Amino acid sequence: MSQAADKQAVERTGGSTTLGKDDHTTYDGLRLRALTKSFATFTAVDDLDLDVPRGSFFALLGPSGCGKTTTLRMVAGLETPTSGTILLAGDDITATKPYQRPVNTVFQSYALFPHLDIFENVAFGLRRRKQKNVESEVKEMLDLVELGPQARKRPAQLSGGQQQRVALARALINKPEVLLLDEPLGALDLKLRRSMQIELKRIQTEVGLTFIHVTHDQEEAMTMADTVAVMNKGVIEQMGAPADLYENPRSTFVANFLGQSNLIDGTVVGRSGDVVTMDMHGTPVSVPAGRSHTASERGWIGIRPEKVLIGAPGEALDAPGNTIPGGIVTDVSFFGVSTQYLVRMPWGQELQVFQQNTGRVTIFRKGDAVELSWRPEYAFLLDHAQDASAGADKVGADG
Amino acid sequence: MAETVRRRGRTGYLLIIPGALWLLVFFAFPFYSLIATSLYDPTGSDFRGYQMTYAFGNYVDVVEAYWQPLLRSLLYGAIATFFCLVLGYVLAYAIAFKSGRYKTLMLVLVIAPFLTSFLVRTLSWKLLLADDGFIVNTLQLLQVLGDDGRLLATPFAVVAGLTYNFLPFMVLPLFASLDKMDYRLIEASRDLYGNPVVSFFKVTWPLSLPGVVSGTLLTFIPAVGDFINAELLGNTNTRMIGNVVQSLFTDANDYPAAGALSVILMTMILAMVLVYVRRAGTEELL
Repeated sequence: MSQAADKQAVERTGGSTTLGKDDHTTYDGLRLRALTKSFATFTAVDDLDLDVPRGSFFALLGPSGCGKTTTLRMVAGLETPTSGTILLAGDDITATKPYQRPVNTVFQSYALFPHLDIFENVAFGLRRRKQKNVESEVKEMLDLVELGPQARKRPAQLSGGQQQRVALARALINKPEVLLLDEPLGALDLKLRRSMQIELKRIQTEVGLTFIHVTHDQEEAMTMADTVAVMNKGVIEQMGAPADLYENPRSTFVANFLGQSNLIDGTVVGRSGDVVTMDMHGTPVSVPAGRSHTASERGWIGIRPEKVLIGAPGEALDAPGNTIPGGIVTDVSFFGVSTQYLVRMPWGQELQVFQQNTGRVTIFRKGDAVELSWRPEYAFLLDHAQDASAGADKVGADG
Repeated sequence: MAETVRRRGRTGYLLIIPGALWLLVFFAFPFYSLIATSLYDPTGSDFRGYQMTYAFGNYVDVVEAYWQPLLRSLLYGAIATFFCLVLGYVLAYAIAFKSGRYKTLMLVLVIAPFLTSFLVRTLSWKLLLADDGFIVNTLQLLQVLGDDGRLLATPFAVVAGLTYNFLPFMVLPLFASLDKMDYRLIEASRDLYGNPVVSFFKVTWPLSLPGVVSGTLLTFIPAVGDFINAELLGNTNTRMIGNVVQSLFTDANDYPAAGALSVILMTMILAMVLVYVRRAGTEELL
């Protein structure tokens, strides 16, 4: 009884790093502590602390070279950490060999054995562990990924999407404590990718295993995972539920890497209770204290483009609080479901605005004078010392 | 469209001509000549000339006279190929996966012996294994060899010489095979509960089989027919079939017997290779 209560307590505080050493043995998920991997010329993973609750779909999101794959390889045992510990369900597995760990990987390139057929590829892990019922278990697994009829084909005879499912089946069949997915959808085209995302999520729900999914695709991470950790330069910038990360980013990197953000220079005028009042190029704006992530006098006021409302000067908009006059539309892109504007503000900065085409909105044209406004509760405040363009160049950073 | 297809077809035939001519002049004709010689009247000589008598008895005679060196050649060739495979596999594996930036250098070192003549290299082995040489003295000191034990002029020396001389022919195809192998496959095996030994035999070895087959062929075929190593490092009891053919041709001038022996050797090797490639090919190769 009390043991169960202990466990719950640990789970509740799972995200924090303040637990004492003694608590490690009661945590049933995957726990990384002070994990570091240095190569000759750079540090790929720097003093990383991370808790992945059992049974969760966890995404490690970041640009290429941020250390996410190295982290994954350390959990798999394919890379030896320079320092730090890896605990799985209370056991220290830092020094164990990959074939001793109850952890399986779906490799980015699938790494299917070309000399074995699909059946034997999937059976590989079971045969190594001398399991019984190999025949029936493999059949069951192939049915789950809908590849039953392909059992006797070689990997080279399958399409990319089918190979991906073989790779998944080959790992899943071992019922690992943790399943690691290293950009498993990276090689698929967009349409197949979307359907595999749904498929993966369905399978994870069905089997209930812990999935750690490494990706540089923020959309993929947000749609699939229940917890996303945004990683940059070997450290975790922020971790949480996708909606929390998106709505309340704590750093400019997260604000830009996860979706898009307008970041505007501002000076703190006053902090009272739960509101921070700012001077933004002469316009007073306010930000909720819970969404303010800096204590200094200057900061980046952040607002997502779809939270910005656009209207003709003097038009009454549903956004009491922050109204900024004097904008000029400099670019209009019509997407059908929405219209994307670039609006030049009096201080010279161009802000992005996404307007939903509800049918009741005016579509502005290039050169029109407009007013922008947003509800204060959607704004956030970031540390001015951070680079306002960090993480913004994610498009084209793939590969 | 049709025009280009026809022209491409004609170009193909044109390109074959030089090679076909070469084969005709330097392979087909000598091969015919060899078979013809093997069937000449065995009582002929350089003075009286040879007559074509379809003397198939030549084949029976040479097998009766030389079955020992024939079997010895196959045995020495097989043992040398085995040692080449063991040594060569370790070397090729190390170069392919563990050499890092020294890969090219190590490959150059593998090929480096070719810069010296085969004959000179074998002669220097004669010096290395000499009765008063450093190696024999050391082995005697360590009591591995008796006081009057020797290495030169023993079967050991012949097989060792063969192994040394044909090792590069084993290493290069093995390296090519291992180098193009995706190392992530080995990682995948280790991730799927395969310990290093199991991973080797279930993944690395089967995927390197094309290299193993070509390496063993490139080693075994020339090793069986070799006569330099037996000549320089062996004794009269280690004569291989190449030595017999050579002395029949140059010393005894018994062309029909030499020809018959050559044809027998060639046929045997061809048959063995076909069986080997078919076995390895259908069951395990990609």
